[in-house]
Amino acid sequence: MNLSLLAILPLVTAIMIILLKGTKSVRIISLISSTLQLLLAFALLYFYWNERAMGDSAPMLFEDNYTWYAPLHINYHVGVDGISIAMILLTAFVVLAGVLVSWNIGQLNKEFFFLLLLLSVGAYGFFISIDLFTLFFFLEIAVIPKFLLIGIWGSGKKEYSAMKLALMLMAGSALVFVGLIGLYLNTNAGNGQHTFDILQIAQMNIPLPAQKLFFPFAFVGFGIFGALFPFHTWVPDGHSSAPTAASMFLAGISMKLGGYGCLRVATYLMPDAAHQYSWIIIVLASIAILYGAFATMMQTDLKYINAYSSVSHCGFVLLGIGMLTKTAITGAVMQMVSHGLMTALFFAGIGMIYDRTHTRQLSQLGGLLKIMPFISTVFVIAGLCSLGLPGFSGFVAEVTVFMGGWSRADNFYRIATIIACASIVVTAVYILRAVGKAIMGPLASNDYSLLTDAKWNEKWAAALLVIGIVAIGIAPFWLNDLVTPATETIINKISAIIK
Amino acid sequence: MSDVPISNILFVSTALFFIGMYGLFTRRNMITMLMAIELILNSVNINFVVFNKYLYPEKLDGIFFAIFIITIAAAEAAVAIAIIINLYRSHRSIDVEKASEMKW
Amino acid sequence: MNYSSYIALIPLLPLAGFVILGLFGKKYFKNSSGVFGCLLLLASTVLSLYAAYHYFFIDGKVGDTYQTLIPIKYTWLSFSDSLSIDMGFVLDPISVMMLVVVSFVSLMVHIFSLGYMKGEERFATYYAFLSLFTFSMLGLVVASNIFQIYIFWELVGVSSYLLIGFYYERPAAVAASKKAFIVTRFADLGFLIGILILGFQSGTLDFSTLIQRLTDRSSPQLLAIASTSFLGISLLTWALTLVFIGGAGKSAMFPLHIWLPDAMEGPTPVSALIHAATMVVAGVYLVARLFPLFHINEASLQVVTWVGATSAFLAALIACTQTDIKRVLAYSTMSQIGYMMFALGVSGYGGENGLGYTASMFHLFTHAFFKSLLFLCAGAVIHLVRSNEMKDMGGLRKLMPITNIAFFIACLAIAGIPPFAGFFSKEEILFAAWQHNPPIYYIGLITSGITAYYMFRLYFSIFWSKPHHSSPDGYRGITHHSEGTMSMKIPLIILAIGTILVGFIPFSNFISSDGKGFVSEMHLTFSTMPVAIALVGILIAYSLYFKQSDRPQKLAASLGGLYETAHRKFYIDEIYLFVTKKIIFNIVGRPAAWIDKNIVDGTMNGIAWTTGRISVLVKGVQSGKVQSYALYFFGGIVVLVILFLYVLK
Repeated sequence: MNLSLLAILPLVTAIMIILLKGTKSVRIISLISSTLQLLLAFALLYFYWNERAMGDSAPMLFEDNYTWYAPLHINYHVGVDGISIAMILLTAFVVLAGVLVSWNIGQLNKEFFFLLLLLSVGAYGFFISIDLFTLFFFLEIAVIPKFLLIGIWGSGKKEYSAMKLALMLMAGSALVFVGLIGLYLNTNAGNGQHTFDILQIAQMNIPLPAQKLFFPFAFVGFGIFGALFPFHTWVPDGHSSAPTAASMFLAGISMKLGGYGCLRVATYLMPDAAHQYSWIIIVLASIAILYGAFATMMQTDLKYINAYSSVSHCGFVLLGIGMLTKTAITGAVMQMVSHGLMTALFFAGIGMIYDRTHTRQLSQLGGLLKIMPFISTVFVIAGLCSLGLPGFSGFVAEVTVFMGGWSRADNFYRIATIIACASIVVTAVYILRAVGKAIMGPLASNDYSLLTDAKWNEKWAAALLVIGIVAIGIAPFWLNDLVTPATETIINKISAIIK
Repeated sequence: MSDVPISNILFVSTALFFIGMYGLFTRRNMITMLMAIELILNSVNINFVVFNKYLYPEKLDGIFFAIFIITIAAAEAAVAIAIIINLYRSHRSIDVEKASEMKW
Repeated sequence: MNYSSYIALIPLLPLAGFVILGLFGKKYFKNSSGVFGCLLLLASTVLSLYAAYHYFFIDGKVGDTYQTLIPIKYTWLSFSDSLSIDMGFVLDPISVMMLVVVSFVSLMVHIFSLGYMKGEERFATYYAFLSLFTFSMLGLVVASNIFQIYIFWELVGVSSYLLIGFYYERPAAVAASKKAFIVTRFADLGFLIGILILGFQSGTLDFSTLIQRLTDRSSPQLLAIASTSFLGISLLTWALTLVFIGGAGKSAMFPLHIWLPDAMEGPTPVSALIHAATMVVAGVYLVARLFPLFHINEASLQVVTWVGATSAFLAALIACTQTDIKRVLAYSTMSQIGYMMFALGVSGYGGENGLGYTASMFHLFTHAFFKSLLFLCAGAVIHLVRSNEMKDMGGLRKLMPITNIAFFIACLAIAGIPPFAGFFSKEEILFAAWQHNPPIYYIGLITSGITAYYMFRLYFSIFWSKPHHSSPDGYRGITHHSEGTMSMKIPLIILAIGTILVGFIPFSNFISSDGKGFVSEMHLTFSTMPVAIALVGILIAYSLYFKQSDRPQKLAASLGGLYETAHRKFYIDEIYLFVTKKIIFNIVGRPAAWIDKNIVDGTMNGIAWTTGRISVLVKGVQSGKVQSYALYFFGGIVVLVILFLYVLK
């Protein structure tokens, strides 16, 4: 199974699109390409399960290693484990749904799909990389397309949001870069050779002072991507001004780049520092969860509600990582997948509503259930998943994080877990407030009675995401079994420290 | 020749150099700046000749250099005048403060 | 035949109903979705009754104890080697009893709704939601793992949300559904934390293992949990009280009861099913399930007792003043559940000592019958009169004879008049209270008098009071089906028969705190007191409401402030609104949003602004003036010369 196919396929499609003329063919090619990507992701899952069942217990499977720039020991090294596969599946689902939702984009749709596919190249490449430089390379590919997508096709104060998002994410990348270089320079303890390779660094013992110095850089850098408090402010404006497919990608995948990076790079490679700094991470994440939820309660714009709630939910990811137990980190990975699907669904629903009513303000919406039953149901499903209703994936992820957090016996960790638990009430408040005002109630304006329900592309996009959410919600054991062995590998160094 | 200490003549050439610098930095008229540049070049000429005469009387290298400098000064003055004329054509003035388009 | 072949079908049939009706109901089923739903549920009910027969009479009993059987179990989400959420079926006396109650009452409601909701545009959606609820409730009662019960707990909550908000175009319904969900969510937070504590302290999430580890006097887990304390209270008390808070929210106990009256915005059959017979007793069921743990922890048991007693008494007082018939019934439900709670609270463990436990479960059983009957009758009345207010009713006895008799029987039952069901269960509760905690007995006694009063106030106001019903709209629909269709009458008749007969079941032979049946006796001399007080209540109601008069208003006026306070439900709603709107929204929510927009984001914008200003300052260097450049040049050379000559030898 050649992993690079995942990154090459969208790249080739993107180039084809640029060389083509005509709206229809661009859309169809993008659709075919994203469907192929989804099939590839499923094939990867199938092969991975086969390999594991046959007893292959290497930390990473399907590895490919090519020398890229020998003097600096940079290799193009790719491989996957359970966590990567979960994220790849997520990316495939969200990109396909995004392509479907953007079927009727008005202007410049060639460039739009080109940028969207470029983003997916970056995401796939990021998840399969196990060389630090390659990882960073793919991370950077993904930043500029976001700026263009928001700035050109967005709504509201799009130029400001695009600039803010791009600058803050670049600041994050800069911090990550410092962290990576610092790590690189300290990898020569064993045999005098520096390396960027994640698997090799994981086996080494990086000296503690170096770890303590560079861990904050790496963690905060990735944390900016993952909405670490107080660097999360690009999220509300960025997500809200972006066009629907870009919001879906941003909230669904881009924020997970941060969580994945925090886990794979910062925590895996610098475990001692992770342990020392874990209390700060826990404090910041707990604040993000509850404070984000309270801030959401006061919002009046649908997209802002979802964006702030993303801050709150991504706090769970960081909390899980901060707790440093197997269960908590498994929960963090599950939350990444679950939240990605859920927020993509939510943004898709909001986008559908906005396309029809041309407003995102709660005060101007009401009674949409009567005229748009499918879209309303999608909205309600996304909302129920967000508030952690069993049967959907959100519950599974949150409960795993709670159990993981509680398993550490000290009162500090338990109080942080209780604060995280308390968010279920606040989440219920703001979700039901939004649903009650926009979906239920009397029809807000008589003009609305002429609006149409979802079209075929929107229905398929929503159905795809709902299937993903329900599959995890009803049968979480498959995701749990996929992720847990990988988590054990990451955590085995830290478990020794914690004991 | 050896009655006058070298330092006196060097003092003169240094003074000329700094007068030329001062003129370059402060004069607004481009022609006047050109005259100051000539002053600088000439002070360097004096330096070359003096060092040649006082330190290496049997060689002529310094004097060769001085002749080079005079030649180059002449050529450079011609080019500078050409530039000033062009600037005058676009700005209608030879005030150096007016030619500040290459700013932020 | 073993259980696992059919037991899973009991909740799965309604689930299939939900999925099929939800996805295809509107297009393919339309009006037959009701019959479809009823058929599925009929199958479930038959299977439940068979399971009950199988368990209680064939092989449930080993020796003299009813066993806890777990025919089906599989791992759903595993956290570590010992802790995992398993989906399992547990069969023990109370779960089998609840299977019967839930499926039977749900079937009655399904049949009733065939007539009640006829003509409703979202007929299929209604039945889909009813099926979802039934599935969730059935899953709740057979849960073998404490997290499994939490999962179904939440599902029941969301079904309730969807059903209360069924008439979604009415703002009152939307607000009520929101309120119900959020209040119960808040309670569920306590439940969740309680689960975390219990799970980790006992090392397992499985009910039987958990209970066994924490009640065995010699187990290390019990020692650990009882000796650890947080803020001076033992961890076991914390865990059980938090779990009880979850139960109190779902069961509308004081002070988490505010959602129940508002929930009456939903269709009346829904109120009959969810807010009378099944969902609201989930809290009682939870305490009963964990009863061995509560038994060893006196503090939490006290909490249960006093919350139950307070709820019973307070709700009864409020019910006396309400004019909306569904609200009277809602408060009556709260009051009766309070009885069930404090019955558990005053119970001991084992044999005769566990009388409170048995009485509580018995009252749950009988209450399901007469309360759902009351609600369905109310539904029939509302269907005819098109109003919920008592003032629009009166004299309906000729128009609705069957409803009249059914309602009368149910009122006698709830008042505790022999030989109807409520008498037996209430008498056992009061006896258990008398034995273990006399103050509670007196509260219960007075409350039963008040209960009789307000129920008969309701009965007389609806069916008597005026000579014949006259409403401003005339006799709409008088010629046919004034009382509702056959589908509306049959459940009433069946439930009425049930209410009469169910009291005679020798409950304590089957259901007791430790699984061993015991024979409970009738205490005739003891029973005279409650029955007498009930008769006094009925007489007072008779004198005030049998004929239309102004005596009630004069009585209300003379009680003045007291009456007004009870009428306004003790201002508890106002207190909650104040705390949430003024305090939480303004002191926590608004500042959070403000801080985020202005301080956190302001810092980012500030950084950008500062960068801009620095850039403005620095860009002055690039002035375009040749002479400045020459000067910088010269300055640089001077610096370098000094550097090389003096600093870097």
